[in-house]
Amino acid sequence: MGKSSDIKLITDGKRIDGRKPNELRPVKIKAGVLERADGSAYVEVGGTHAIAAVYGPRTLHPRHLVNAQKAVLRTKYDMAPFSVDDRKRPGPDRRSIEISKVTREALEPVIFLEQYKKTGIDVFIEILQSDGGTRVAGITAASVALADAGIAMRDLVAACAAGKVDDTVVLDLCGKEDNFGQADMPIAYAPNEDKITLLQMDGDFTEEEFETALKYALDGTKRIYELQKKALKERYEKNE
Amino acid sequence: MKTYKQNRELVIPGELLAEGDYLLGEGTFRKEDKVYSSLLGLVDSKERFIKVIPLSGKYMPHPRDLVIGVITDIAFSNWSVDLNSPYTGIISISNATERYIENGEDLSKIYNIGDVVLAKVIDVSQSMVVGLTMKDRGLFKLREGRLITISPTKVPRVIGKQGTMVQMLKTMTGCKIVVGQNGRVWIDGKNANAAIEAVRLIEREAHTSGLTDKVKEFLEKELGSSASSNTSKLKPKKVEEKEEEKTDGKE
Repeated sequence: MGKSSDIKLITDGKRIDGRKPNELRPVKIKAGVLERADGSAYVEVGGTHAIAAVYGPRTLHPRHLVNAQKAVLRTKYDMAPFSVDDRKRPGPDRRSIEISKVTREALEPVIFLEQYKKTGIDVFIEILQSDGGTRVAGITAASVALADAGIAMRDLVAACAAGKVDDTVVLDLCGKEDNFGQADMPIAYAPNEDKITLLQMDGDFTEEEFETALKYALDGTKRIYELQKKALKERYEKNE
Repeated sequence: MKTYKQNRELVIPGELLAEGDYLLGEGTFRKEDKVYSSLLGLVDSKERFIKVIPLSGKYMPHPRDLVIGVITDIAFSNWSVDLNSPYTGIISISNATERYIENGEDLSKIYNIGDVVLAKVIDVSQSMVVGLTMKDRGLFKLREGRLITISPTKVPRVIGKQGTMVQMLKTMTGCKIVVGQNGRVWIDGKNANAAIEAVRLIEREAHTSGLTDKVKEFLEKELGSSASSNTSKLKPKKVEEKEEEKTDGKE
């Protein structure tokens, strides 16, 4: 974001990758991809590839974190060093610590944590390849992985971003649009609960643009939700 | 009273199941008048009762469950037991054996760390301490044989309706088999390998129909071919000859 450039992001109503403003990139979701995790999921949104693993509910260590009333959800968002053009220094940094926190807060409201008191649920999100919208891909994957782990939830969480490039509101920004655009707004949404569990914004929108972006993003999450549903059902229906 | 899902239909968390005056079982929750699923699983409803059978997940202890535990620690007056669950089991001295335990007796002579026991859950406290007992008919220390772990959600399939599946496994392989509700299966006998493979088959295909026939077919093939190459010299077992009909008829 921010860096103004000469790159034209929209020509004749088409975006740089040929999409219409309210079009998602091709999305692929698969549940149960890891043998040793209790639950797992793989999500591809265009050039962004994320994998999520869930372990638990299990005994929580260190013991002082234990909550006698409910389970403790811990999330870790991490980018592989090879996921971006310039090698990312491995390990947590300011950005991934923040994303881990907002991811946890996006998932916590839908999990029946009180059913698993005194335990810990660990969610690990690994970004294998990055092309914009990694936190939303991570949340989408984590939510499917939690369901796959057999953890009781009120709803799934689907996430998607909307933004502004060349003064046009667009859905699901790719890496270039994110870098050279004017705004980016990731949203996580629980469709059956009708609740937004994450809303961040970077850049600037007018009030009307915000309304349109929100509408686009909610519409996008609903489409992603259908794919999450399909992925979970495919896991068991395929071999019947 | 209105249902939106058929029996045995696959549902995901948050899917609307029914509307009206239902009695809710595991894996469901109510919001106003509507009933939703909270798990990934299969719908199971009978008359006014509705629940979701989970397809994955950890073992959650309930009173009267029969479980296979591994002793992990010995304290002054109790043993800690790993239950393949987020919660640990406790066998206190008073529930350890039928006989009287002398003051100052070496507890590791009774159950040592690493021992495998067939125990029963007596209570699960508010603070999730799982009380176990060994003082019931057919509860004992498992000395020989092999222990395998399966997903606890597949246990009802391994047991079968009224225990038909284990019964078939036992008669066909001639093995002693004990299935714990916590997903541990103890198998002892000459054809243990075939029995283990059969249990793994059940675990893999738990959600499909006609499972009993598949397992039967598999065992017939397996036992037919292994009968000639059966050179495994297993020592004659001296496991307590207590009858082992404690597979808990939970469907």
